[in-house]
Amino acid sequence: MTWETVIGLEIHVQLATKTKIFSGASTAFGAEPNTQACAVDLGLPGVLPVVNEEAINKAIMFGLGIDAEINKVNVFERKNYFYPDLPKGYQTTQLEKPIVGAGNVEITLKDGSSKTVRIHHAHLEEDAGKSLHEDYHGMSGIDLNRAGTPLIEIVTEPDMRNAEEAVVFAKKLHSIVTTLGICDGEMSQGSMRFDVNVSVRPKGQEALGIRTETKNLNSFKFMEAAILKEVERQIDVIEDGGKIIQETRLYNGDTGEARSMRSKEEANDYRYFPCPDLLPIVIEDSRLKKLRAEMPEMPDAKKARFVSEFGLNEVDAEILSGDQATARFFETTAKSSGDAKLASNWVLGEVLKSLNANGTAISESPVSAEMLAGLIARIKDNTISGKIAKQVFEALWNGEGKDADAVIEKKGLKQVTDTGAIETMIDEVLAANAQQVENYRSAPPEKRGKMIGFFVGQAMKASKGKANPGMVNQILKKKLDG
Amino acid sequence: MYDKSLSEQSRALADGKLSSVELTQLYLDRIKQLDGNYNSYITVTEELALEQAKAADDRRAAGNASALTGIPLAHKDLFCTEGVKTTCGSKILDNFVAPYESTVTRNFKEAGSVMLGKTNMDEFAMGSSNENSYYGVVKNPWDTQAIPGGSSGGSAACVAARLAAGATGTDTGGSIRQPASHCGITGLKPTYGRVSRYGMIAYASSLDQAGPMTQTAEDAALMLNVMAGFDHRDSTCLDHEVPDYSANLNDSLEGLTVGLPKEYFSTGLDSEVEQRVRDAVAEYEKLGAKIKEVSLPNLELSIPSYYVIAPAEASSNLSRFDGARFGHRCENPEDLMDMYKRSRSEGFGEEVKRRILVGTYALSAGYYDAYYKKAQKIRRLIRDDFMNAFEQCDIIMGPNAPTSAFNIGEKSDDPVAMYLSDIYTLSVNLAGLPGMSVPAGMANGRPVGLQMIGRHFDESRLLNAAHRFQQETDFHLNRPTA
Repeated sequence: MTWETVIGLEIHVQLATKTKIFSGASTAFGAEPNTQACAVDLGLPGVLPVVNEEAINKAIMFGLGIDAEINKVNVFERKNYFYPDLPKGYQTTQLEKPIVGAGNVEITLKDGSSKTVRIHHAHLEEDAGKSLHEDYHGMSGIDLNRAGTPLIEIVTEPDMRNAEEAVVFAKKLHSIVTTLGICDGEMSQGSMRFDVNVSVRPKGQEALGIRTETKNLNSFKFMEAAILKEVERQIDVIEDGGKIIQETRLYNGDTGEARSMRSKEEANDYRYFPCPDLLPIVIEDSRLKKLRAEMPEMPDAKKARFVSEFGLNEVDAEILSGDQATARFFETTAKSSGDAKLASNWVLGEVLKSLNANGTAISESPVSAEMLAGLIARIKDNTISGKIAKQVFEALWNGEGKDADAVIEKKGLKQVTDTGAIETMIDEVLAANAQQVENYRSAPPEKRGKMIGFFVGQAMKASKGKANPGMVNQILKKKLDG
Repeated sequence: MYDKSLSEQSRALADGKLSSVELTQLYLDRIKQLDGNYNSYITVTEELALEQAKAADDRRAAGNASALTGIPLAHKDLFCTEGVKTTCGSKILDNFVAPYESTVTRNFKEAGSVMLGKTNMDEFAMGSSNENSYYGVVKNPWDTQAIPGGSSGGSAACVAARLAAGATGTDTGGSIRQPASHCGITGLKPTYGRVSRYGMIAYASSLDQAGPMTQTAEDAALMLNVMAGFDHRDSTCLDHEVPDYSANLNDSLEGLTVGLPKEYFSTGLDSEVEQRVRDAVAEYEKLGAKIKEVSLPNLELSIPSYYVIAPAEASSNLSRFDGARFGHRCENPEDLMDMYKRSRSEGFGEEVKRRILVGTYALSAGYYDAYYKKAQKIRRLIRDDFMNAFEQCDIIMGPNAPTSAFNIGEKSDDPVAMYLSDIYTLSVNLAGLPGMSVPAGMANGRPVGLQMIGRHFDESRLLNAAHRFQQETDFHLNRPTA
């Protein structure tokens, strides 16, 4: 039987506000446990929440960024359950009236095709603290620094059909929230966490299969691996005559192991009801107008502009517009160098390759966009060849000079464009290879094109790569063909 | 001097007739001597009170005293007071010392008032008789066989017994007005949102409101001047202009229309109580008021509506008392569940457990619409009833309770009978209106109050009406002879 996979995602995105959603405590990552939890975050008796307007703004911006409806009256509710890292015994969240309604996200797959993933809604809520189960000798430690950090939970429709689509969508969402500046995108710090709902059904069947939810995946790689593993497990279970149980699962990215956490039967009755400590959030048109005016260029618009303004192809434009920092790097390089084609080749080539190899973020690149533009300018004005340029790039990467000119100067890499010098060099090459010259000249014209490569190679070698390849070619042809 | 009203004491302090230290010492001596009979205080803060009295005298000497500077007050033991135990009448908070100050008590501190101590109350403000306190029953100073009313029974009793110049109380379903009525003092529950709830341990967030409990309406105005006002730490606190509540006390009542809801004078009302209320209304007629019959057709539904909404909110509000971060924790918990179960079972009293169970049930999946949602709909009907009535009158008058204070133990085994006795007060909280009780004589040998209900934010009119009444009558001057 052929199986079809159906995937829906729930994504927790930490909003990049300075303070928490209902208190004035800091949201900075990595502080000593419980040093960033005030009376409100600790849920002390008598304290009350006050909504952080910046969190509301950022949630609205997300809605505007995916062309979703913004619910002008939205309501915080309490989700009641007991857990030590949930100080109040309830999570303040939204259920019936979330801030962001239905919207759409367009994705482009590797084969160049595109697809729409529908967003069901996105709601605001507070994050819980952390329970630390190791190092406490049979007891648990509680760190409430994260308690009250503002989140939006984005819920998709079950529109994805394989792991690739889910990962491409997840990356697109990462691109949207970082472009909007509403999230720092630091997945290793838990700034974006994915819950993956997976089911399988026989190809052609309309009804959805029973789904499982794998929670808290915090890297694209883990997400892909977890989906592949879960799909395989489900198909195995069904093909062996078993039934899928609706359950919550955990995937350990380090070991690659997955296990069941709890089944639906054990699920809590959360007894949601509107939080009586908070009034409904009413969003005025003037506020929407102001936020709309402050919206940055979204990835889709940027991609379209890269195609029209810089003449890039769709695939290159997709990658270069994918995240804010890469887009900014490319655009600066293209504009300062005046050559978008070379800029895109270099960013997609040497720059990304070196960054990946070193695990460096583009914002930390030792070769800045301005340095790269300077290098490209020297290619364009024939100071150096493309091949020498790679040497210059490597030197710049290793900090051997403040810009391309300094490296070219220091290493003496300036291209030889003096016709007399090149002619002398070529004469020497021809004299040293008399037999090859003979062969060339006796060959029919259609074979000579290939044979000339040998002489070019010899000449370039003799010049230590510094001779202008175009001129070498031209002069050789003249001399050989007579 | 202890027998003088707060206002008279304020004038005596201003005239230099005595110092705050002297006045405070007078009360501390009386508390020591007499409170053994009433049990109105849970904590007496003798040392702190004398320190504050000294500071108040210094402040007066420096020339920046206000009306409340140096006045010895008692605070209901659910206002968090920094460094002083706050129990909420519960074992579960027997060891709780708040690290912060509630807005109400902070306002009194800033005005230079003296805190004598924290008053006894029904556990978590749940009760109408003060029999539900972990710290023992409070006795009515008029007759120690009788309950003082609840839940602000300690505050009412200490003002009646002249063990404080005035006290704070809170009113969720009548908890200021009913004990004020039973103890023969003046009590005001302001409009919901008039006084900040920050630092007030929550029972039912959408209903709780703090207010003054005093000998006279003039005293209540002085205290409300300090209590009322916007607080950015409470999202449900309204940014509504705060008038000088003392300014219009003497305004004429000529042309005032008093509405008497016929439902307030139907079956179940004790005939002597009814007579005292009708006598008081007759007094208003003499003062120039017009009397009109009005109707609140959904009054009876206020009991089921309240006893769903309040416990529902309470069940969630009280989740934070889990033994994890503060308050009572059971000995040697076996695991997390055991810690939760035993800490809460041991820490909460019977009535609190009853309401948590009722509220949890009302919010549960499958029951939410039938109970909680329906109760909210009834709440709107009740509010509409009042709005309609206020189109025909300026103030609504009636009894606070069907009888004067009953005997200790009389209803403690019959929670439903106890709930039914709240019939005249609950609807005011459901509608968010200001309500007041003023002494109106005796019924069956125990005090009776007249309840007055005003439009939203019409506290000035209530205080004006109460003050004029007190200029013509001396019920408020009577005090128990113990």
